[in-house]
Formats: sequence, C-alpha cells, structure tokens
Amino acid sequence: MVSTSSTGGRGSTGGRGSTGGRGSSGGRRPRGKLDLDPVTVRKARSLARKVGRPIVDLAQQHTTVSVERATLRLGGLQGADADGIPWVNRLLDAVRGDVGIEHGIALPVWDSLVRGEADDLAVLAQKAAAGSVRFRVPEGRDLVRARSAARKQVGAGMKKVDARRRERERLVRKWGDPEQKPWIYLIVATGDIYEDIPQAQQAAREGADVIAVIRSTGQSLLDYVPEGATREGFAGTYATQENFRLMRAALDESSAELGRYVRLTNYASGLCMPEIAALAGLERLDMMLNDSMYGILFRDINPIRTFVDQRFSRQVHARAGIIINTGEDNYLTTADAVEAAHTVTTSQLLNEYFAKEAGLEDWQLGLGHAFEIDPEIPDSFRMELAHALLARELFPDAPLKWMPPTRHMTGDVFRGYLLDGFFNLAGALTGQGILLVGMMTEAVVTPWLSDRDLALQNVRYVLNAAGGLAEDFRPASDGFIAERARRVLAESIDLLEQIASDRDAAGDPPLLAAIADGTFGLMKRPADAGRGLDGVAAKAPEYFNPASEILEGER
Amino acid sequence: MTILRPYGDTTGDGMVQVSFTLPMPHSKTAEGAAAQLAGKMGIDPAMVVHAKPMGPDFTFFVVYGRVNHLVDTSKVQVVERDYPLLTPKEVNLAVKRGLRRKLVVVGACIGSDAHTVGIDAILNIKGFAGEKGLEYYGEVKVVNLGAQVAVPQLVARAQEEGADAVLVSQVVTQRDAHLLNTKEMSAAFREAYPADKRPLLIVGGPRFDESMAAELGVDRVFARGTTPGEVASYLTDAIVTRRAARAGAGA
Repeated sequence: MVSTSSTGGRGSTGGRGSTGGRGSSGGRRPRGKLDLDPVTVRKARSLARKVGRPIVDLAQQHTTVSVERATLRLGGLQGADADGIPWVNRLLDAVRGDVGIEHGIALPVWDSLVRGEADDLAVLAQKAAAGSVRFRVPEGRDLVRARSAARKQVGAGMKKVDARRRERERLVRKWGDPEQKPWIYLIVATGDIYEDIPQAQQAAREGADVIAVIRSTGQSLLDYVPEGATREGFAGTYATQENFRLMRAALDESSAELGRYVRLTNYASGLCMPEIAALAGLERLDMMLNDSMYGILFRDINPIRTFVDQRFSRQVHARAGIIINTGEDNYLTTADAVEAAHTVTTSQLLNEYFAKEAGLEDWQLGLGHAFEIDPEIPDSFRMELAHALLARELFPDAPLKWMPPTRHMTGDVFRGYLLDGFFNLAGALTGQGILLVGMMTEAVVTPWLSDRDLALQNVRYVLNAAGGLAEDFRPASDGFIAERARRVLAESIDLLEQIASDRDAAGDPPLLAAIADGTFGLMKRPADAGRGLDGVAAKAPEYFNPASEILEGER
Repeated sequence: MTILRPYGDTTGDGMVQVSFTLPMPHSKTAEGAAAQLAGKMGIDPAMVVHAKPMGPDFTFFVVYGRVNHLVDTSKVQVVERDYPLLTPKEVNLAVKRGLRRKLVVVGACIGSDAHTVGIDAILNIKGFAGEKGLEYYGEVKVVNLGAQVAVPQLVARAQEEGADAVLVSQVVTQRDAHLLNTKEMSAAFREAYPADKRPLLIVGGPRFDESMAAELGVDRVFARGTTPGEVASYLTDAIVTRRAARAGAGA
C-alpha cells in the first residue's frame, strides 16, 4: 500500500468512503473482505469531520511559541548559548517580552534585521538575549519590508525541505524500497547517539527497513529542543538536529551497502512538535510519530497547544514527504483491548481527518493499532484479526502501523516469542504496512542483540511461510470476524456521535469538551489546563507567519 | 527438603538451559569458547546445542547441561515487602471503601532538578515497566507539579489540595543535592502541619538507599526500578489499610 506517489485527493476528507470499490461490479458481491456498508463508512468519516472541523478552526486562530520557533528554525537560526538554551528560544523570549507572539514572530524579527540591528538571525538572537535590541511590530512600509524579508528567508528554508524530499525520492529510486510488505520497523534506544549508530546499522543489516530512535524519557515535556550530538539520555536518545543528521548519514551508508533505502523515524510530539517536524524535514527523516491526541492524554499537554502544534507539524510533514505514525496503540495499553477497540477506530478516523486537512496524503498515514488483547480470552486471535482487518479495509491506501504485544508480555520470554509469532501472522494476513518488531524480552530488559536477532527470525519465518496468504484470507461475511469488525465500527460511530454532541459550560468545541470529561483513555484534560498553555496565543488580525503562508498556500 | 538441584526430567539431574552471545565470529573455536564459559558457570557436561552467527562479529549460543551447584533453601535471604501488592482495581476498591473519597497525591521534582522522568514514570498514565501510572487509578487524584518546584510552593499546594501523600522525585545528585533537598522538604512539611495531619512523605530516585527514610525525615524511600503499582500498593497500605486498622483499634 505504501507508494511514494499517490493520486488520492489531498486536502479533502470524508468524500472517499467506499472500501469495497475494488471488488464491486454491481450485484451483491461482498464489499471488500468485511462487507462493510459504504453508507456506514461515509457516516463515520463525516462524523470525524464534524468533530474535527471546529478544532481546525481553533488551531487556525492560535499560534504557539513552538510554531514561532519552528519558523525561526526554517529561517535558518540554529545553535544554542553557553547554557545549552537554543537561540530560537532566546530570541523568541526576547520578542515575546517586548511585543508578544500574537502578531507572529516574523514581523518583529525581520523588522529589526531590515532596520540593521544585526546582520543575521544568529547575531540578532545574541543581542536580543543580552537585552540590547528592542522589538516592535512594524507598520506601513516597514511592515511591507519586514514581511518580504521574512518570506524570502523562510522560503529559502522551505526550499531546503523540498530539496531533501526530492533527494529522498531520488535515493529510493536508486536503492529501492523493501521487497516485502510489511516494512520491518526496529527500535534503537541506547541514550548515546554514537552507540545508536552501530546498533542501527547492524539492525539494518539484519533486515530492518525502518529504524526508530526512541527519545529520552521526558523530552516531550521540554519546551526547547536540545542541541548537538548527545551521549546521555534516559531510556532513549535526545532528538536533536545533529543527532538526526548523524543517524541519517549512517543509514545512507547502510542503504548503499544493502541496496535498499533504510528509513529513519523519530518523534514529532510533545511541547516542541513543530520544531522537531521542521528539523525532520531539514534532515530528511522519513517517518515521524505524530498523534493528534497523545500529548494531551498521556503527557498532560494543554489540548489547544497540542492541536495548534499538531496542525503546523503535519503541514510540514506533508510538505517534506514524511510518513506520520499515529499512536492508537497507546489507548490499548491503558484500556482493555476488546472493550476499547472502537476508541482505536475513532482515533484513526480523527487522525485521518486532521492529517488530510493538513495536506497529508493517504500514503503518508501510518495509522496505528496494536495486538494487545489478553491471550487468555477465547478467540483472542480472531478478534485481533477482525480489528486489524477493519483498519485495513477502512483505510485501504494507508500504510498501517502494526504494533506488537506489550501489555500481556509477562517476562516468560518463550511464551512472548509465540505471541509475537501470532502478532506477525496477523500482520501478514491483514496486509499491514509497517510492522514494529515485537521483542520477547518486552518488559524484561531493553532488547539485547540476540533478542533482536531472534525477533527478526520470527518475522522472517512468518512472512516467508505465510507468503501471500492475505490473498486467500476472506472471512465469511456473516462470520465471527466480519461481525466483530462491523460491531467495532458501529461502536466507533456511536462514540463519534457522543463526542459531537458533547458540550461544556465554556462553549468549547465538542472534542475539547469530550477530552475534558474523560472520554478518551479515562483521562480528563480540560482545555484551560495542562502543560504549555502559557505558550499559546490567540492570533491578532495582522498575524503573519511566512512558513504557514507557504504551507497553507500549498493546499 | 532444603537442598535442591535444578530439575530437567529426573530428580537430581541438575539440568539447566542458558543462552548467551559471544562477541566473536561463528567458528569451531567460538563453540569451544561457549562450552568453556558454560563450564566456568558450573555446567558440566555442557552441550552447545545451537550456535548461530549474528552478523560478522557475534555468535548466539544455546547450551544445555548439568550444573554441579546445590541450592540450600534454608539459607535464602530476601527483603520482604511489608505491604501487599494490589492491582489497580484492588487499589480503587480499597480507597473507595476505606476513604470514601479520592486519595490525593501531590508530586513534584524539587530544587533545581528538571528531570521529571521519575515522577512522570510513577504518576503519568503512560507509566513505567508495563504498569500504568497513578493517574490511571480512578480513585486516586494526581496533582503533578512537574519540575523545579520550590519547597514552599509544594507545601502550599499540598495544603490546598488536601494531599494524603506527597511524592518527590530527585534525579540530580551533584553535591548530594538530592539528600539536602529532601531534608529541606521534610522539615518544611513538619513545620507546616501538626504531626497527625501531615501527609505521607515519599521520595524516590535512582541514587537513594531505601533504608534512609528516617535519616531524611520521610515515610518511605523508593529506589531505582520502583513501579507505579508498588507505589500505589504502598499508599493504599499506609493510608487506607493502616488508618482503618488504627481506627479499629481505637474503637
């Protein structure tokens, strides 16, 4: 399903509802493998649009410190001061102190450059940090000049992102995509970029098509992006521009050696989501974890901050040709995978709406889901197949991200190995696009070299032995699997309807009200609380952002 | 019977199975090296039943064999947990029945410490080691103040929230900052509250020794690797169960 080009309509959502188009030639042949009713599917999508649209409006009315810092990064500002605080933060804080961010940072910043306060952004940031520059919002001819200077410089940054995308397309043509589907996705996480690199190269040699570098715990709550190559992290490695560059260069070496393009993944999440998206675009990362609600629910980041940051970061990903991976698997790690199956579908529909609104195409939607049903439950594998196939049929052109069991991995590594085998089989049978390799030592240790080798043998055996079994796998349309899938879809429609009619006293959009009253993952996250709220500002009528202008203009 | 041997398929056969990786290319020598290691581990005779190259530089082995060690169960020493481990459901039920209101937990990283890894692992719903954090517990109200919280601010918030317990995480240990910060914190709470009203004070972090609670003036110290479930179980035991026991004894 993954392709680097797509004819799918961009920007529009909800219109394309039928999942059965491929098999239907009139008459009453089953529609697709689950015989989903196209009317029901259209209804699900239109509800997602109804719930999502007010959130998009809200996002368009606000900006955040991170969106503005991302703009500075696209304008070419890099580096950090002696204390490790990035210059983008220094400059933004100074501007914000003088004139706020509601007009956008570009006008006051490029106004002072045009006025000759400094030769370039780096010097301006230093002077601003020292308190020797005063910022203003320019008017009249000064406004026109500042705007045009900002457009030119941020436009140049965007051209770099475009060049990186073309470079990826060229390298994929040269070295090729993986031979098999799903793509094999492996994680490295040593905390030290110089340890990560040989591990990632070894993993690629052993068959990984996608390498994800897990971030240091807690990075999502930092309101700045650390700088430079880093050698110490907690259970992961900091996402920095230099670490991105080093790892991409190493994987380019591996790609040349192996004759297939090895993709690199990181996380555009947390308080610096837009900046990390921009850095990913500039350093040719290929996939980014980017969920619409994860930060709100699991990191207690303010909902408005999250939705504003998310929209901008998704626009950057769309432009950069990056595949996003959404985080539906997380719902199943907190709630029961059978009872909460419909929350995954609901979230996938919302993620799809927000993604397409931001300009992402079907081939860029790595919608997530996971194999997390309690293996003690009778028919657990049938239910896993039903859920996985539902996602496949609902989103036929998306490279679904299939996540391995974690919750019911007990430390019994032998049983875990078997469970991972069934997970791999479900992935093969239901045509998943990206398969995150499960480790039998999940919940025991961070994976050893041998754990990874055994896990890859498991994947290879199953994919090889099952071959094209997905072709033969057509559940009876009145059987357990199809019934279960239809029930989950119906429940997700009920949930979307419930969200759409949710109201709160403040008159917030229904989705915000629903998030506030604990509809998702049992977490109550009101719109006026959570981390990063003080970094949100309502846009002034004269708000200007050259990056957004380019990204919106695209669509 | 206090003297035991591992059991394969016959009493007393002493059979074990181990797997490991040696950083050397696969060869006859590598297999010999695996057998040598197994021998030094007390496995004799050792059967190297599987050897697989992993890339050019590593080899993975599975070894079966008989160990010559005995275990004496009468000499086993373990540090017993002094509270029962509960599931989230059991914690919720105990709180609901015992307190008839939510158990309130206020958490923070105090001083200059910006590492919220520890407190977030315990409190955030995301959790740690496959266990969900305390936010996941329906009957626990979590107020996570985050990083670099000043002690007076922490005390004020604990009073405002009516905290049953205060959780403090300390990762930075330069110049014993974690110990000094903790003592400052516990002193401030003792000053601000009458002894019988003071919330339970709990501190955790990778460099703490669990036996230091009294010295630091806190009720409990949790060391590296503590899971949210252990903290929740401890809180339930200390706040719900023992309080009920005290009340029962007094009645």
